[in-house]
Amino acid sequence: MTRLVILGAGTAGTMLANAVAKHHPTWSMTVVDADDQHVYQPGLLFLPFRGRPDRLVRSRKAQLNPRVDYVNSPITAIHPDQKRVDLGVGIIIDYELLVIATGSHPRPDLVEGLTDERIWRRRAHEFYSLEGAIALQRTLRTFSEGKLLVHIAEMPIKCPVAPLEFALLAEDHYRKRRLRHKVDITFATPLDGAFTRPVAKQTLGDLLVDRSIRVTTDVAVERIDPASQRLVAYDGRELPFDLLVTIPPHTGARVLEGTGLVDDVGFVRVDPHTLRSVVDPSVFAVGDATNVPTSKAGSVAHFQVEHLLENLAAVAEGREPTARFDGHANCFVESGRGQALLLDFSYDVEPLPGTYPLPGVGPMSLLKPTRLNHLGKLAFEPIYWNMLLPGRPLPVPTTLTLTGKRPVTGKD
Amino acid sequence: MPATNTIDGHTFAINEEGFFTQRDDWNEELAGILAELIGVEMTDAHWKALRFMRDDQATTGVTPTLRRMQTVGGFDVKELYRLFPGKPAKKMSYLAGLPKPIGCV
Repeated sequence: MTRLVILGAGTAGTMLANAVAKHHPTWSMTVVDADDQHVYQPGLLFLPFRGRPDRLVRSRKAQLNPRVDYVNSPITAIHPDQKRVDLGVGIIIDYELLVIATGSHPRPDLVEGLTDERIWRRRAHEFYSLEGAIALQRTLRTFSEGKLLVHIAEMPIKCPVAPLEFALLAEDHYRKRRLRHKVDITFATPLDGAFTRPVAKQTLGDLLVDRSIRVTTDVAVERIDPASQRLVAYDGRELPFDLLVTIPPHTGARVLEGTGLVDDVGFVRVDPHTLRSVVDPSVFAVGDATNVPTSKAGSVAHFQVEHLLENLAAVAEGREPTARFDGHANCFVESGRGQALLLDFSYDVEPLPGTYPLPGVGPMSLLKPTRLNHLGKLAFEPIYWNMLLPGRPLPVPTTLTLTGKRPVTGKD
Repeated sequence: MPATNTIDGHTFAINEEGFFTQRDDWNEELAGILAELIGVEMTDAHWKALRFMRDDQATTGVTPTLRRMQTVGGFDVKELYRLFPGKPAKKMSYLAGLPKPIGCV
């Protein structure tokens, strides 16, 4: 009997646990997470503008197949050499196979001056945590004039399009309130454009320009000066703000530090196709916790799970893992005005225009803002809880297809 | 599109942005020539950064980020900005004959 331990019951951990429970009912499986609050993270983007926070949170345990043994405890140490995980309450669990699904965590403490009490959660915000999004909602209710600076500290971050979406939604928010002329919006990024992938970079960059959002590129933040409310970059540039909405640097879970399994920002070093640790054959990782070069996003976790399930089964039977994840990601990008774009890409294929999921039919349009894409994004919430997490089949392929996509000629 | 560049008798494969695609095409003499072309005057401090990047990339397979230069290599990021003004991450990986660091996707 295979003894599997999954660390983390977020999007990836939950999907994997439910898939294993369904396909390998004889395996012994334990899932560990520090709390019982499963947050619907895509909802954090909208929360600063509207909505009640409690609607985004459900019990972690309730999302898991009843056959799954769920332990609600912090993880204090991982000992890959002894195939053992220590839990805070003095409990030790052993494993044959370990899957790390501990996610990616915003770390405002890594930017000097950001968490200074004069500005933090008042004039300087983030919306990647529930409490952060709640605090920002409070601030946006009264912020009606001045410089709004939307900022990405460094890559990688989860959901790399969310900062753009936030800037576009903020633009909408103030336009609808007839305050747009009083709020100056700047988007500051460490990248050399609005997004990392060439074609999408152009499309999304144009969108920001169309909405009169200033884009400042190649910004590497050195510190935030809380007294003068300025963001100071390493190259000497200073960006003033009345309201800063920053995406702090992300790291993997702190408990992974020193295990030898992770890179220098704490993401598990895995083979990008099999998701197996490059140093320990008993260890795999899934979702935001890995170092694979694709977006940290729920869609990626979803596409990974199927391949990982196959690879875990192979290893359990003493075979080599052969299922190959191709880096497939898709994301809805809210563009304001009640519209959204859809991006679909992989390790090797850039986001291209076309239709999705059915070639030539759609109904979604790729890389173009439409109303239907926006409705698709809203419709995703019940799909997430009722289909994606429990592992009911969705009508989308887990590997990228080029059919229905149009090549883009010329340089970006 | 894959292409090659030839300067002063050195031929090296590059990507569409001009970055090296084969780390073995690189040598210090060539790096010195390229530095001159982009207006960087090489000193010991410059070489120290480039050599760290070469060594680190040889072990990890990826170009180190500025954060890694700081935490693992012990470099001061501000100093790197002074040595390679403007876009140090890009300039350094270009001169070290390595791909641009993957910020993200």
